[in-house]
Amino acid sequence: MTPVLPPEPHSNRLKRRGVAGLCLALCLGSGLALTGWRANAQTVSPSQATQALVPAQSEITFVARQLGVPLDGRFKRFEAQLAFDPKQVARSHIALGIDLGSVSMNPDADVELVKPEWFNAGKFPKASFQSSAIKALGAGRYEVRGQLTIKGKAQALLVPVQLSQSKGLTTATGAFALKRLDFKVGDGEWSDVSLVGNEVQVRFKLTFTGVPPL
Amino acid sequence: MLATTTTTVAARYTGTARAFHWVLAVAIVCVFCVGLYAEGLPFSPSKLKLMNWHKWAGVSILVLSVARLLWRWAHRPPALPQRIEQAMPAWQRVAYHGVHQLMYVLFLAVPLLGWAYSSARGYPIVWFGALPLPDFVPVSASLAKTIKPWHGWAAYTLMALATLHVLAALKHQFIDRDGLIRRMF
Repeated sequence: MTPVLPPEPHSNRLKRRGVAGLCLALCLGSGLALTGWRANAQTVSPSQATQALVPAQSEITFVARQLGVPLDGRFKRFEAQLAFDPKQVARSHIALGIDLGSVSMNPDADVELVKPEWFNAGKFPKASFQSSAIKALGAGRYEVRGQLTIKGKAQALLVPVQLSQSKGLTTATGAFALKRLDFKVGDGEWSDVSLVGNEVQVRFKLTFTGVPPL
Repeated sequence: MLATTTTTVAARYTGTARAFHWVLAVAIVCVFCVGLYAEGLPFSPSKLKLMNWHKWAGVSILVLSVARLLWRWAHRPPALPQRIEQAMPAWQRVAYHGVHQLMYVLFLAVPLLGWAYSSARGYPIVWFGALPLPDFVPVSASLAKTIKPWHGWAAYTLMALATLHVLAALKHQFIDRDGLIRRMF
């Protein structure tokens, strides 16, 4: 990589190193910025940057009620960036990105849910969750505080999470309820909660590699 | 003439049987029309509401029909007045019993097929939004596709038989003038 250059005056060489260093810093910086959530991985040691979601063993499902009829749905595509150290829980972090266009409920609903009244997936392709504080409650239980953003509307959220480890994989499970109208999901004529209930139960199971033993 | 009227009035259906007949007659015609209308609507809150009302009404009709059948077993309907029965050709007597029996089969079959279709489509029925009913078929798009036309054709058949039933009753009233219709009033 080092080009063969004619000897230069010392001051010039220093200046060059300075410029190269700046370039390197800029590249690294933009690289981190490009990887988005991963920028937060700096908060814990670099070895944990290899923590990755195992999509085949993960799921995000929900239950909505239509005139009392429970309807199950799920998101087929989502991503997660985890920087979790059981010994430094306070400095750990998780971020999720959920592809709203990948919603799957039933043939009628799948066509409707991506429309502007519901998820408006064309304008807001992704829902996101960004943790702000993680608290250990003992026995593998944690409390994750953060912000959930759907359709451009952000809401504070407190999620109880249970962690379990097996064969090098760490699984986080939990459930919480959200109110769809807080996010204007089901707007206009669909905002009638006697027809589609306001409360939606969300369940998740997220499996990760590379989390140190609890 | 007066004597005939008296005998037919005396052989009326029980009050309970008449109530079942008229309530279910109105309910079945209404639920059929709602189903037919809502089926063609685009996905919307009104379609969802109408479809759910259709399902709730359908299950209510099923329950009432079972109760009606049990009542009928315990309280045999009046036999046809002898004079009227003797005036009927053999095919009419077969048709009279056949139409009634087939209608009873369809009172049960149409709602059961609708229920099965709803379950197969992935929408379990919650009766009046309060009582969750069990699914007796699995959720399956292909099964739903198979059941749907059966529900429709069974309902059309029931409507055709009901029309025949009404026409026959009107024929007895206005052509034969035998007062048979009074059994149900």
